[in-house]
Amino acid sequence: MAETTRRGSREGRRWPAHLLLTVGAVVTVFPLLWEVLTSLKSFGESTRVPPTILPRHWDWSNYATVFSSIPFAHEFVNTLLMTLLRTAAQLLLCSMAAYAFARIRFPGRGPIFLAFLAVLMVPGELFLLPQYQIMQDLGWLNSLQALVVPGMFSAFGTFLLRQFFMGLPVELEEAARLDGANPFTVYWRVALPLARPGLLALGILTFLWSWNDLMWPLVVNTDPAQMPLSAGLASLQGSHLTDYPVLMAGSLLATLPVIVVFVAMQRHFIQGIAFSGMKG
Amino acid sequence: MSIDTRPTAAVPAPRVPAAAPGDARARRRRERRFLHRDKWWGYALIAPAGLGLAVFYLWPVVETLYYSFNDWGAFGGTTWTGLSNYRTLVTDPEFWHSLGNTAIYTVLVLLGIPLSMLLAVLLNLKGMRGTGVYRTLYFLPVVTMPAAVAVVWRWLYNGDVGIINQALSVVGVHGTYWVSDPATVHFAVAVVGVWMTVGYNMILLLAGLQSIPQDYYEAASLDGAGRVRQFFSVTLPLLSPTVFFTTVLSVIQSLQVFDLVYLILGANTGAGITNPAYTDGETVVMLFFQKAFYDNQRGYGAAIVCALFVLILALTAVQFRLQKRWVHYG
Repeated sequence: MAETTRRGSREGRRWPAHLLLTVGAVVTVFPLLWEVLTSLKSFGESTRVPPTILPRHWDWSNYATVFSSIPFAHEFVNTLLMTLLRTAAQLLLCSMAAYAFARIRFPGRGPIFLAFLAVLMVPGELFLLPQYQIMQDLGWLNSLQALVVPGMFSAFGTFLLRQFFMGLPVELEEAARLDGANPFTVYWRVALPLARPGLLALGILTFLWSWNDLMWPLVVNTDPAQMPLSAGLASLQGSHLTDYPVLMAGSLLATLPVIVVFVAMQRHFIQGIAFSGMKG
Repeated sequence: MSIDTRPTAAVPAPRVPAAAPGDARARRRRERRFLHRDKWWGYALIAPAGLGLAVFYLWPVVETLYYSFNDWGAFGGTTWTGLSNYRTLVTDPEFWHSLGNTAIYTVLVLLGIPLSMLLAVLLNLKGMRGTGVYRTLYFLPVVTMPAAVAVVWRWLYNGDVGIINQALSVVGVHGTYWVSDPATVHFAVAVVGVWMTVGYNMILLLAGLQSIPQDYYEAASLDGAGRVRQFFSVTLPLLSPTVFFTTVLSVIQSLQVFDLVYLILGANTGAGITNPAYTDGETVVMLFFQKAFYDNQRGYGAAIVCALFVLILALTAVQFRLQKRWVHYG
């Protein structure tokens, strides 16, 4: 009883903190909320002075207009494929390499790992021109491959998972090794299932980065039907469409999947950020 | 739902009891880290990721460096021009302008870190409830697609009907066209930059706070240190490595800012740039993008990003040098 009273009073003394945090949260969420509200107003109502807060007339037609303004369904599928294929490939390829770096001794391991680390240090823009050149030479401009292939490889992911594998106890793998399993089997059957939290963190981060990736798609896929949503919306905003409610409806539809994934998996997500941030 | 910051990965926990250290045993432990000795398996497992990285990342760095010493012909041929692109760079007012803009953006976004720290400290208070909800809300801007961020902020900043100016007019202030006025564009863009990064930095700092052992506070409080004193003599020093790391990361990312500014300034118009404050907001990476992919001056574009890379390396090195003065590694 005394315990609960004490806890209660402590909670009571937390109100200034709650006040500050709530004010901050309102300021943070307001733009997104305003986006939702504006997307439900008619164009005329959205430009009204003084503004209406809630739509007087809930206008869902903006969402329908999105589909006639850009090839939304196409771009959605492009985004989904780009994101899923990149993520799946990174999980497989990074974890394979990471396992080798963590558990197999072979000549050249150190220098090769340093080369991976070097990639990690370089700003992304330095890769862009030659990558574009490669896509052009392969005839891959305006294709799904262009969106997916360079994003399948990640030095960051390899590094993250190597750290993860190194933190795993080695005994189970040893037992499998003594049973005559080859390194790939040990990796696939024993180590990979144990590394699930690391894989989940990398998977979620890659999902987010890929879904929102803008510069690379802008460079390689200029045909609207081949763009992902990030680039499609950027060009929609750039076109002469100044119908903000429609732009906001489209933006919200495009960003909704990531928000859903984030809210559903936020523990892993935040763990991934904290983990990669702290150790990266 | 606390953040798991156990050093599971970076610092492998000793797997063998630390008792009875001896050379033979230490060697055995080291050997044990490598479970397998079969080098061909090693190469095979590394090959797919390694080749991909070599082709799409490592070699391109070399190529970009090479491009920066060349002129790019209309049909793809290159001619060696030595330092010519770099000479253009140092005399190009647009480059210096974009560098200045980027520097201002970077500094302004850094000002968000104390804000993130305040939020993290509040969330880390003992007995705080609802921390999960706050964390989710503050993190939402981080995961929102930049296009969705840009469109709503452009609307909020709109000079005629934007809600910011409408609110200001209530108190008798006549607001400007925030993102197309050279006097306000830096500030307007940086506010969005801070808005988008506060939650991210907060998570990093919160993880740092949670890794401070509770004993330190207990000891300090036994020594009679009050709340404020505890913050300055326990929290701040022990958090300083995380603050340092967050700062370094923030600088690196801000110097490369592209998406957000590009979209807010409306650089993506097919009809050319119509924003009168465009050059007052343009960042280095935007200039690179423009030169390399629109103006077909790839050699010059390559020189711009090479210069940026050197700048990032130099600034990071300086920060590491300066950390001795203020970062405490306990």
